[in-house]
Amino acid sequence: MSNPEINSPDASHAVIWKDAAEIDAVFVRMVEELTRRLAQQGIADPLMIGIHTGGVWVAERLHRGLGLTEPLGHLDISFYRDDFTRIGLHPQVRPSHLPVGVDDRHLILVDDVIQSGRTIRAALNVLFDYGRPASVMLATLVERSGRELPITPDVAGLQVQLEPAEQIKLAGPVPLRLLGQIPKKTPKTTATLSETRDVLSLLPTAPDGTSDTSLTSP
Amino acid sequence: MSAPHPQLDAQGNLKHFLTIDGLSRELLVEILDRAEGFLGVAQQAVKKVPLCRGKVIANLFFENSTRTRTTFELAAKRLSADVLNLNISTSATAKGETLLDTLRNLEAMHVDMFVVRHATSGAAHFIAAHANPHVSIINAGDGRHSHPTQGMLDMFTIRRHKPDFTRLRVAIVGDILHSRVARSQILALTTLGVPEIRVIAPRTLLPSHVEDAFGVRAFHDLREGIRDVDVVIMLRIQRERMNSALLPSEHEYFYLFGLTEKRLSVACPDAIVMHPGPINRGVEMDSQVADGSRSVILEQVSNGIAIRMAVMSMCLGTQNLNSQREYTA
Repeated sequence: MSNPEINSPDASHAVIWKDAAEIDAVFVRMVEELTRRLAQQGIADPLMIGIHTGGVWVAERLHRGLGLTEPLGHLDISFYRDDFTRIGLHPQVRPSHLPVGVDDRHLILVDDVIQSGRTIRAALNVLFDYGRPASVMLATLVERSGRELPITPDVAGLQVQLEPAEQIKLAGPVPLRLLGQIPKKTPKTTATLSETRDVLSLLPTAPDGTSDTSLTSP
Repeated sequence: MSAPHPQLDAQGNLKHFLTIDGLSRELLVEILDRAEGFLGVAQQAVKKVPLCRGKVIANLFFENSTRTRTTFELAAKRLSADVLNLNISTSATAKGETLLDTLRNLEAMHVDMFVVRHATSGAAHFIAAHANPHVSIINAGDGRHSHPTQGMLDMFTIRRHKPDFTRLRVAIVGDILHSRVARSQILALTTLGVPEIRVIAPRTLLPSHVEDAFGVRAFHDLREGIRDVDVVIMLRIQRERMNSALLPSEHEYFYLFGLTEKRLSVACPDAIVMHPGPINRGVEMDSQVADGSRSVILEQVSNGIAIRMAVMSMCLGTQNLNSQREYTA
């Protein structure tokens, strides 16, 4: 196993949960699911918008997979976060960039991991300050436990139950890998992560045959 | 053991913004990067972000200004803060209230930030030293000393056209002696690594020993001074200087130091022309230059809003961090 880079003072507890090949397989299924839903709702020309930073990486892949012609939008939600009064300004802010107007458009909002739902709440507020979309669909690579708001993705690549202290993050842009970070004193780690299941588990496993998704504690 | 930094908290975060002096290159770059994010707010249908909702910002202008006060007000409103504009000349100070009493009264109204402009050098530092620790002060110009948000908006404008500061030649033309804008610009340019800064002015409008004190090259001839420069910053000539024997007449100033397309031809072909405003057309530059393709003067105004949003949100964010620390301590 290569040494995953993760921005943590204690990187020894970071492990690769899904490698690039496994994520590629997830993207294939997400594109199929999105195609099915768009057809079902009669949406011909959706506008795709990724949330900085991991959401943009995921959106780039889905955008390519769906063969969308209009450029991808980028959204930074730093100015709409609900924790400014607690932790101050978010350290990294990148400009939002919406290439075309959102008025009366069907949007696909994309993020890497949904946990509390607060990021998506903020992103919806940003979008509505740009205009009035016809509809917004939410696609995330990972749907993990820990929701604090009534928000659910329409399309989720993977679903996982985690303890609140356990983290999952997307490393990228090339190669894309999902890294799990396990706090030191969590005896239940292996058990909870092994409950992981692919949301579309009826579909074939990843091309390279790797199907074991459980994390092993180092 | 050095004295506590007047602008930073114990963790090195920006608490007040009083001067460029003493701030690191990293911090200046952080301000520029943050402003880049705020620039996009003007493109939204709703030109507002909820970041500083519930904060109260008071504009304390002891000296007249339209552009600076308006852009500070707009910056605060785009951050969703509540803004008080205090017209000092017609209010309490005119009735004899001291500066500190005015300050205490505003603090009692739970104002979180003061934006201060004052004719006396050091006024913003004085207020910062005496204000309640929960309040942030932004200097919007004090005497001849400093105008740091103007300096930073100029750096932001330069960077958007010339991304690498370490390769630039920059000329500042005009009344260097009385200009707080020039002082802030020179400090910011130096901190950001600009290798060659030139000041161009008649001898009467240059401080003595300017080359040694500021690390710049002084010129008394415009054509010589702007040869091969990437950026030309024109400063405003204040009319009152004409009456104080420092300058013979507006006409003569334009004849010697006024910027025209012909004179600009010796600068780099892609040089940009800047001016903090308000322009005296036919004194500092002619209309052909002011309205020409190399002029970025109106961009400076838009950029000023983004820079002021960046600085205000950084200082208010630091307040939030510190009050949270007190809370949990």
